[in-house]
This record gives sequence, structure tokens and C-alpha cells, in this order.
Amino acid sequence: MSDLETRERIHPGTAPGEDIALEIIGDGDFDTAEMTLSIGPAHPATHGVLRIIMEMDGERIRDAHPVIGYMHRGFEKLAEHRDYRQIKALVNRHDWLSGFANELGVALAVEKMLEMEVPERAVWIRMLLAEWNRILNHLMFIGSYAIELGAITPMFYAFREREDIQYLLESATGGRLHFTYNQVGGIKVDLPKGFLQQSTDIAATIRKRLQDYKDLILGNEIFQARTVGVGALEREVALAYGVTGPTLHATGVAEDSRVTEPYLKYGEIDVTVPVGEHGDCYDRFYCLVHRIQASLDIIDQVHDAMPSGPVNQKLPKVVKAPEGWTYLRIENPLGQLGYYLESDGTKTPWRLKMRTPSFSNVAVIPHLLRGTLVPDAIAVLGSVFFVVGDVDR
Amino acid sequence: MSAVLSQLAVTPSILDIDNFWGAVGLKILLILPLFFVVPLVVGYMEHKVMAHQQDRLGPMEAGPHGTLQLVADGIKFIQKEDIIPRAADRWVFAMAPGVALVPAILIFFVLPVAPEVWAEDLELGLFYALGISSISVIGILMGGWASANKFSLFGGVRAAAQLIAYELPLILAAAAVAIQAESLSLVDIVNSQATFMLGNTEINLWFVFPQALGFALFYVASLAELSRPPFDMPIADSELVFGYMTEYSGIKFAMFLLTEYGGMVSMSALMTVLYLGGWQIVPGVPLPGCDGAGGIFDCGALGILIGGGVTLGKIFLLTFIMVWLRVTYPRLREDQLQKFSWTVMVPLALINIGVVAVGKVAF
Amino acid sequence: MPLKTKTPGLGLLKGLGITLRTMLSPASTQQYPHVRPDLPPRTRGVIALMDENCTVCMLCSRECPDWCIYIDSHKETVPPAKEGGRARTRNVLDRFAIDFALCMYCGICVEVCPFDALFWSPEFEYTEYSITGLLHEKERLREWMDTVPAPPALDEGAEQPAEVTAALERSESTRQAAIVSEETKPAEGTAVAPAAASGAAAKAPDVHVDDAGQIDQETYDKLIAEGKSERIARAKAKAAHVRKRKQELAAEADLPAAEADLPAAEADLPAADADAAEARPRAADIHVEGGEIDQETYDQLIAEGKSERIARAKAKAAWVRKRKQEIIDSSGTEGSSAAGDEGGTE
Repeated sequence: MSDLETRERIHPGTAPGEDIALEIIGDGDFDTAEMTLSIGPAHPATHGVLRIIMEMDGERIRDAHPVIGYMHRGFEKLAEHRDYRQIKALVNRHDWLSGFANELGVALAVEKMLEMEVPERAVWIRMLLAEWNRILNHLMFIGSYAIELGAITPMFYAFREREDIQYLLESATGGRLHFTYNQVGGIKVDLPKGFLQQSTDIAATIRKRLQDYKDLILGNEIFQARTVGVGALEREVALAYGVTGPTLHATGVAEDSRVTEPYLKYGEIDVTVPVGEHGDCYDRFYCLVHRIQASLDIIDQVHDAMPSGPVNQKLPKVVKAPEGWTYLRIENPLGQLGYYLESDGTKTPWRLKMRTPSFSNVAVIPHLLRGTLVPDAIAVLGSVFFVVGDVDR
Repeated sequence: MSAVLSQLAVTPSILDIDNFWGAVGLKILLILPLFFVVPLVVGYMEHKVMAHQQDRLGPMEAGPHGTLQLVADGIKFIQKEDIIPRAADRWVFAMAPGVALVPAILIFFVLPVAPEVWAEDLELGLFYALGISSISVIGILMGGWASANKFSLFGGVRAAAQLIAYELPLILAAAAVAIQAESLSLVDIVNSQATFMLGNTEINLWFVFPQALGFALFYVASLAELSRPPFDMPIADSELVFGYMTEYSGIKFAMFLLTEYGGMVSMSALMTVLYLGGWQIVPGVPLPGCDGAGGIFDCGALGILIGGGVTLGKIFLLTFIMVWLRVTYPRLREDQLQKFSWTVMVPLALINIGVVAVGKVAF
Repeated sequence: MPLKTKTPGLGLLKGLGITLRTMLSPASTQQYPHVRPDLPPRTRGVIALMDENCTVCMLCSRECPDWCIYIDSHKETVPPAKEGGRARTRNVLDRFAIDFALCMYCGICVEVCPFDALFWSPEFEYTEYSITGLLHEKERLREWMDTVPAPPALDEGAEQPAEVTAALERSESTRQAAIVSEETKPAEGTAVAPAAASGAAAKAPDVHVDDAGQIDQETYDKLIAEGKSERIARAKAKAAHVRKRKQELAAEADLPAAEADLPAAEADLPAADADAAEARPRAADIHVEGGEIDQETYDQLIAEGKSERIARAKAKAAWVRKRKQEIIDSSGTEGSSAAGDEGGTE
């Protein structure tokens, strides 16, 4: 519903500058007035421009309505007029913290339609960079979640680790956030000399520093008091809303596309999926930290198994997907990312629809926020991992 | 005038010269640096300590190693435009920072800094200090209300609830000290710490040793009084932008910040006086050049300087710990805060008083 | 499962320990702008244009997703090279501008350029006060070329680039041909020419140099001292190294063709003359250090109204051609003279 309609419904008869007509509610002896508070769109707690209109009774939230669309950039329409190489460059940007996974999805979708064989080495390099991207993403959420709860230090530690990884990825791809490294049929150019050694070193450093995060945040009593039992998501509700990723794993469901529908070479290596028990904020954070550990294990396995050989193949001058459609899902760091690609045989797709994990994760927020206090609302918002660019595309 | 004052004062300081206005001038000269310079140094320390604990450097550009950063901040605040929201209550909005700031200055009047260096030694010094520090709450509430901003209102109401809740443990812990020192005068408390012997032995101890629990309670309660993390729900900058200070800009904002840092210094100074033996270097060791009781009074110039240095050192140590706690911990939720105060701290404070009273009578 | 601290308060103390430990170790901050970041060579900072290579094929402009490349050109007719030939038309680049306010640094233009005219450079400090300053024209883009670093060496597991494989195969086949011709013809200096007819320097055909990536330090230093750019110096030094290794290996195998290879060994192909080498095998074997211009050609072109840049480029080419002709005329049969380095300075 549009911004104006929402306002009319919740706050009938008010325009900017008018007096607010308060509705007196309350049960028992206390007569309190309900207040409508709009968190966002520009707010430090929301990860981007997400607006949540909360109807509140004192500090308790009675209802919450997320308003999305502030960052709609028309990706799917743009994709209809761009060829696959240009789409790959654009698609980095809808979930900007997981750029590699996004372009990997597009490349895999087109390769699936063309039934193209990708060289071995390219597959393993894709896996390596996808896992580094996953660690980058999770580190960012660790930092931002801690700072929303008031712990200002883990943000800096997380970014220190991110700088190391971003430098590593920059040496191979040229970019720190938007990689444009994948190609239909492989990757653009091979890794530079010394990359694998540096990758091993950084993996060892991060593994050591992970213990710091566990001590500083997970083990902190104040953090536990703020997050244990807060925002518990039931398994059935999560599945009904289509929540995926660490938010779903926290409820106990180990649904991970790398395991259930292996793409690349994930079927040949060990992929650990950490799960939680209660689905509360603490478990979601716990899954996040342990997913980093799982990704480090995968990176070690990829280092050992990396073959040599070519990394791309000769492409026709213009890459055209044959007529037909395909659906491909991969494990974005935030959850399950799906691409529905329908082609009419030309170089631009007929329709490219993205099933983004953040969209479904945001959908479950009203359910979680009902009945909680405002500081808990912030804790919940930060723990349901989403990126607004992913929600709105 | 001076007759009235001399009845309230107990121990004259060296600033109590014969000329009345001269004495007033000297005392103002003592208070102003305490209030304007020491908090700035504490602020610089906070910048640098926070930065290094977060693996970064902190201010480096303004002055060598960023020493003039807060001076630059002050100049910046002075030249900012003073914005008052249209829907705000103008007078209340304008007065709120003043109401918050002035009591924070007034508390320094009774704090003894060095041997015979204080503004006034009131008989009810401790009572005055704790009472005056509570007036700042009104300023915070005024700021939250008059801002015409829902987030500020949240912040103001949270602050009021929190500060009222934590006044009790503060006062109860201080009461235990008053019981042990048998006086409410701050100078007398310092004096009694210098002469306090454990049991029947000759070991001189500060009050922090027998009243470690009371010290911890006072420290935590003062953190909550100052809205410092982990008790900074009223400011909670990831939720409420900046709580009651959101709509303030320029000098008014600077006044609120100065209240916070000045409060840090005054609370630390109060804790130094109540628990850490004031300007005594180590328990049992007299200051050089001091002849008076306990080796901390009737000192020469050297003793005064060393004593002042010792007090400042203790203040910096306590504020360092405040910064350290800020950097490390997330913040407690409002209801957890309240529960902690009422169900944990108040009973502990009462137990502390009981133990001290019994100890006082028995030993 | 989730860690709950057994002792209450232990987690709080551990947290304090971590922050204290961090405080006591040196900070990781890099104080920019006093310290500049050390960026890897592939960093996508700014796009540089080598407009000598650009043939105005418009591929970059077409493929750019943001349409931020603006190209203007016109066609020129070039008079026929010899009498009775056909007049050729050529594209001349008038304007090549990239609007970095629109550019999204995707790299498609660099990837797609068939003539290696666009390169990435790690420079990133080109902020402007006005957004119009972010439209970089041809001259500015050419200046960025000086900052383009050499591409980094590839990982050990990487495939050898196709050009290297092809060159090695070619050199093996010419070595074979040289051995065959050695057995059928007397050893003369003119054996140099047919041996080099393939267009690449004649080498011992059955010798494979393994460490092809190493550089010959002397050649490198000499070229750097002469003022060549680092990239070119390194490329030539690598080629010199390979040549030397092959000579050494050939000397070990004790093949007589090694001596006759010397003048050919000195012969080197400047990168831009690759096409010309196919057409004129002899002159291509001779290396002349360019830099001087042929005054007559220059004056003539200026009088015709050509721009200074074009006139100078053509005059340089004319001078090189003349020198090579002189060398061929004067030392055609000697073979092992210092036909190589002229040592002309820039």
C-alpha cells in the first residue's frame, strides 16, 4: 500500500502540521494513548531504506507494517534490455554485500540453458570466491548487529577482517565489492600468483580471530540477556513465509541449497550447516558466526582440491541463450537466491525474475515484532538478515 | 554574608582568604578549570582509548596526535547555527541544557581536590553533592519533552525512569561511607580514611577495601546516573538517534555533552574522595611535607601539588575504566536495567549498610 | 550448542580482556593521505586509453551498460601505398570521452576491446568539485596510460596464455626448419633471412625454455636507463632472456645453427610492428631504437596540414625505415655485426 494510504489508515485525518488525534486505548486502570512511530526510512537501525510503521502502546509494539520500495531500481525491467554480460555487471548491485553470489547465479542460469561445460578449475575458483564472499557478508552483519545492540567495538574488528579479504579479492578481480569476475562459461581471468598462499594465510587469521567474536559477543552476558528468547521464530511460520538462510537455520531447519541441490562442486566436499534450536536472536547470531567457520572449512578443502587448467572457454561473439526457460537456485549468504530466466533466443532475456532471500526475510518481520518492546524490536530487526537493495531490487 | 558562610563551612581551605570577593574569585578560578579543562582531557582520553581498543588511531590531525581535537570541537560548536524545531516549546527547549549543566558545575564546590584546596567544606557536603547531581534529571526531561520529537520523548522518559531507579543504590552506598566516617563532610571523610585502621591493627586502609561491594555499587550506579554505556538506553543511538539530545545543535548540544563529561569527572572525584582516600598516594604513607593528622593535612606547596596530582590520577583511572566498559559492552534493555537496580542493587546496598553498621559497632 | 558461560561474569571479563589486548597492540589504521594505499595491479581505478591502438570500432561504446563512452570519428582516405593501388579509408578518432560520473567500473569496455586500446589503472584520486570534471577526454585518458601497471603473473596452476603457447610452437617449427635448411645449404649469413622468414626470431627448434617468465636483468636495466617505460622494458627483457636461454641450451646441444642465429637473436619485434613483420621479413629482423624523426617527412606532412602528433609519428616511422634500409644495404652479408642495437636515445 502506498505511503499516503498507510498514513490514512493508521493516522486518520492528519497531514503535516496538523494536530495528531490520539486514540485512547488501554485495559485496566491505566489509560494510555496509542502512538504511531515510523522507524525509517533513514534510520541507523534499518539496513538501508526500510520503513517500519509501528503502532505502539508505550514501549510495546502492537503492530508493525514494513513499507518497502524505497530502493526499487527496476532491475528486472533493466535486465530485459541488457545482454548477459551487462546483466552480470548490474546484478552485483542488488545485494551489494554478496556481489559474487549474484553474478554467479546469472552465469549458472545461462550456462544451464546453454548446457555448457565449465572448466574444472573455473568451478573450484568460483567456489573459493563464493565462500570468501559469504564470509565478507557475515562479518558485516556481525559488526552491524553488535552495534545496534550498543557494542561499538565488534564493528571495527569485523571491518578489519573485511579489509584483508577485500584486498585479497581485489588482487584477483579488481573490485572490492562488485567483482564482475564471472563469465558465461567460466571466469574472466585466472588468479594472480600468490593468491592461494594469501588466501590460506587470511583464512588462518580469521579462524583465530573468530574466537574473539565468540568471547566478546556470544559469551557476553549482557548480549545474551538482550537476545536469548527474543524474537523467537517458529519453524512452521518460517517455512510458511519462505524464510531462508541463517534465519531459517536458527529455527532448526538445515535447508541449504549447497546441500539439498548442490551446484558447482559442493556435492563433492563437506558442507557443514550449523543449526540453532529456538529460532531466537541469539541462535541467529550463533548460526552466523558458525557459518563463517563452516565457510573457512570449505575454503581449506577447495585449496587442497584446486586443479590446474583453463578457466574460461571461447564464447561466440554474442552470447544468446536458446529459447526456453530455467530456474536456478543458489545459496546466497543471506539465504536462497533464485533466478528464473526466460529467453526468446535473442541476446537479451525475455524475463529475468529474481527470487531474493531478503524479500522473504523482511516479510516475517511483522510477525516477529508484534508484542515486543522497542529495544527488542531493534534486536529483532538486526537479526533478521536482509539488505534493502535485495528486498526492492 | 561571610558570617553565614563561615557557619556552614567547617574546615577552611587555603582559598579562604580574608578578602571575601578575593576568596570568591579564587574559588571560581579553582572550579572553572576543573569543570572545563579536566573533562576535555578526559574526552581526549576517551577518543584515544576507545580508538586503540578498536584497533584504530583516533584523532591525529588536530594538533600533535590529535590533542587539540576537543578544542576544535568546541570552536565548531560555537559557530553552529542554533536550530529550534518549529513545534518545540521554545523556552523549555532553551533552558533545558542550562538546567542540566549548572548542577553539574555546582557539585564541584564541595569536592576536595588537594590538601586544603577546595571551594567550600560544607558540613553536609555529601548530602549536597548527591542532591545537586539529581537536579540534572529535570534538565534531561525538559529536553526530551520540549523537542517535539517522538524519539526524544522516548529518550527523556527512559532517562527519567533510569535515573530515579539508580539514585537509590547510589545514596545507600554513600550512606554506608558516611556511617563509617561518622560525618557527611567530604573533607572529614578523607581525613577519616587517612586515620582508619583495620580492626585492632595498625594497617591503614581506604574505604574501598572493607566496602568493596559498596564501591562496586556506587560505580555501577554512577554509570547509570551518567547514562554511560552499558546503561545508555536514554541515548541509545542505534534506536533513538540520540535520545533527548536529538534536536539540539551548536552550543546547547555542547552543553549537554559537557554535562556528561563533567559528570564523569565529578562522579569519579566523588568516588576518589569517598572510597579511594582522596589525595593520599598509598594508605599509610604520609604526603611529603605534611604534618597534620594522617599525614595529609597542613602541607606545604609540594604536598599540595602532589596531592592534586594524585587526585587527578585517580580520577583518570576511574574514567579510563568507564571508557573501557563503554567500548566492550552492549547496552542493557530498559526493563532489564530497572530490574537490575531494584532487585539486585538495592538489596545489596542495604546489606552493605547493615554489614558496615555492625562492623562499626563491633570493632 | 549456544555457549552459555558457566561462571556468571566470566564472559564480561573475557570481553574486557579482548579490548585491553587490542589496545596494547599497534593499530591497523593507514593514515591516508599521508600514506597511500598499496593497491593490487588489477584494481579497477580508472580507465586509460591508448588511442594509437584505437580503430574506432565502437565496440566499447556499444557494450557499455551505462552508455558513458562518447566517441566521434571521421573517415579519411589514405593515398595508395604504391602506384595504381586502391585508396584506403581509415577511421580517425576525433573524440573519445568517458563520463566517470556514469561509469560503473564494470570493465566490459576493457574486456571487449579487440585492439587492446583500453586498460585498467589503479589510480583513484581524481575527484572533482564539479561533476563536469568527471568527463575525461582523450588527452586525459591517454595520460592515465602512464599509470597502468603490468598485469600480475598468474598462479602456477593457470593455463599458459595462448600467445605464449603459439609462439613456442612457432619457434619449435622454425628451429626444425633451420636444422633442415642447415643440412641442405652452406652456413651463410643469408641463412638468417629464410630462417627468420616465419616472422619470429629463429631459435633452436627443439629447445624448450621452461622459465619463460624470467627477465634478463641487463637488458631490463639498459632499457630502463634509456627511458623506456617499465612495461615495455620488462616485455623486451623477458624476450631477451628466452633468447639467451635458448642460445645456452643450443650451445650445450652444440648445434652449428646457434652462431648464425646471433644477428637474428638481436632482431626483435617491436610490439606495434607485428603486422609489418609479416609483410617485410628482412627489415623486421633488425632492431632499430626509434625516437629520432626524419626531418624531411616531418616537414612535408606539416606542410600538408597534418597535425603535429600525426606528423611526428609518421616521421619517426620513416626514420626507422630509413635506418633499417641503410643497415640492410651496408651489412647484408656480415650477419654478426652489431646490426642490432642502434642505441638511439628517446
